[in-house]
Amino acid sequence: MSVAKRMTYAQAGAAALAQAMRDDPRVIALGEDVGRGGIFGQYAGLQAEFGADRVVDTPISESTIVGAAVGMALTGLKPVVEMRVIDFALCAMDEIVNQAAKNRFMFGGQGRVPAVIRMPVGIWSASAAQHSQSLEAWFAHVPGLVVVAPSTAQDNFGLLRAAIDCGDPVAYFEHKELWGVEGDVHPSQPAPLGRAQTVRAGGDLTIVSWSKAVHWSLEAAATLAGEGVQAEVIDLRTLWPWDRDAVFASAERTRRVLVVHEAVQVAGFGAEIVATLAEAGVARVARLGAPRAPVGYSPGLEARARIDAAKVADAARGLLRRG
Amino acid sequence: MSLSDDTLLTLYRTMCRIRAFEDAAEEASRGGVAAFGQAAGNANVRGPLHLSTGQEAVAAGVCAHLRREDCLTSTHRGHGHTLAKGADPTRMMLELFGRAGGYCGGKGGSMHIADFSVGMLGANGVVAAGIPIAVGAAQSLKLRAIDALAVSFFGDGAINRGPFAESLNWAAAFRLPMLFVCEDNQWSATTKTAGMSAGDGAAARAAAAGVPSETVDGMDVEAVHAAAGRLVAQVRAGQGPRLLHAKTYRFKGHVSVDPAAYRDPAELAAAMRGDPLPLAQARLAARGVPQAAIDAALADARAEIARAIEAAAAAPWPDVAAAYTDVQDTGAGRWS
Repeated sequence: MSVAKRMTYAQAGAAALAQAMRDDPRVIALGEDVGRGGIFGQYAGLQAEFGADRVVDTPISESTIVGAAVGMALTGLKPVVEMRVIDFALCAMDEIVNQAAKNRFMFGGQGRVPAVIRMPVGIWSASAAQHSQSLEAWFAHVPGLVVVAPSTAQDNFGLLRAAIDCGDPVAYFEHKELWGVEGDVHPSQPAPLGRAQTVRAGGDLTIVSWSKAVHWSLEAAATLAGEGVQAEVIDLRTLWPWDRDAVFASAERTRRVLVVHEAVQVAGFGAEIVATLAEAGVARVARLGAPRAPVGYSPGLEARARIDAAKVADAARGLLRRG
Repeated sequence: MSLSDDTLLTLYRTMCRIRAFEDAAEEASRGGVAAFGQAAGNANVRGPLHLSTGQEAVAAGVCAHLRREDCLTSTHRGHGHTLAKGADPTRMMLELFGRAGGYCGGKGGSMHIADFSVGMLGANGVVAAGIPIAVGAAQSLKLRAIDALAVSFFGDGAINRGPFAESLNWAAAFRLPMLFVCEDNQWSATTKTAGMSAGDGAAARAAAAGVPSETVDGMDVEAVHAAAGRLVAQVRAGQGPRLLHAKTYRFKGHVSVDPAAYRDPAELAAAMRGDPLPLAQARLAARGVPQAAIDAALADARAEIARAIEAAAAAPWPDVAAAYTDVQDTGAGRWS
């Protein structure tokens, strides 16, 4: 029985990577500023333990960071790649979408790309339009990629370890405003890919969410409970493959499903989930995401681009009013 | 140091096999490419086919210095590199025909030809995309202390893409065992590269990153072999990356159906007078290599490739279930 340790979401990421690097000499990390611990501390202590050959500080060359990781993976290594923020990963979209995601298939299985591409998402207060995006839906659209978005320290530990071990290319989305959030982490507790977690039970409606939006959803559920409404909250954790069984099982009980994400609502992954539910005729559905506008810098402008617990609660009430 | 007769004959044979492969693939592609709004026909080789006809000396001269454990990435025009690295032309042709026994099981075709068993990590449909992948392979070799190098072939068009600039810097900064080979056929698809590339080209850009280079006549297999030999030796000695700029010429259009009417016929005619095959034949004859041996090289190559064509035409199609295999393990079976 392992002992839980109190750690932050960032420390949990570093701990998972350190554990994987100790267990498997093929695991290496590369990216800008990782030697100093990464800009969020999510690589703290790793270069000291594993050396600069395995925790590689790279030039600001996103195409080559991911392209080199593909070459490393095809030749037997298991790279963990840091993109700093997802906005910068856009400089490496060919390498992610055309190379990492497709090489195994297009070469007929001769090579595989077991690489984890860490792309921190979300509004990071006062960081404006190019450091605030949540683009996970783009990657869910690409065959070949596994898509992961943890919301807690425990899951960042368990899911990052699972992502490193799974053998597929993984688009791994940590959230920039969750780095400092603490939680108990059991280092031997697995977090299987593709499995959602019910983080609050309730029978009146189901709220499906991931990443930081899970926290707003829980806050909203507490508010709703004060109004006599019991919301079940599911943390999806993995967007591809998403846990249809867990969502459907809950939907069949509550008959009302609200999907909540920080990303722009239009063509977000919420649309995929509610469409699947609607096609099956299982539940009344609704979704809540951000307006389709860039994130502004000034506090008032930024707030208009955000969702929050109050908006989640409003969306839930709206869904309940529909019967 | 001058080349032995045997080595030159071997280089010539490699060029003959590439020429025979490209000619046969071109023939098998007639009617198979979508052009001007028409759908691809029923030819055996379908879709875009980028031929390296005329560029054989570069592939042959460079790859002669490579060992099986050396890694290679290539371009959309990659048949020659793949053959020269040691791939089996029959399995290559099966891949071009989209058949089950092809290197990629019919999933890749010409643009994604690969043979990992000989270190050929893939042709690539995206210009310059193979370069950072080779950088990663070189870093992987170095990290694992494997005595081998990575080579990336790319065209003159690729030097204007960011990954080339990034990779030159990266390979130099980490002193990686890597050889960059700019196979300069002078044409970026259907536009002349010279008119849209500033400065003195690949070698000048390499110099800016501190990567030593040689520029060579890419139609002369002896010259390519000699220059590549020097550079590969320096890379193997741990001196860091090197770049070879080989000036060659694309005898065919951008793709096999492209008649390249945008090209001055005089330019093509002049380039074809420098065809690397007759040039090597003349050198072999001048050395006193028996004409029968010289003649046999091309005849043997054409016979070998004819057998490959026959095998490919007779080979079964892939089981359509393979459309959903080797995508990913996590979530396999979920396609919607």
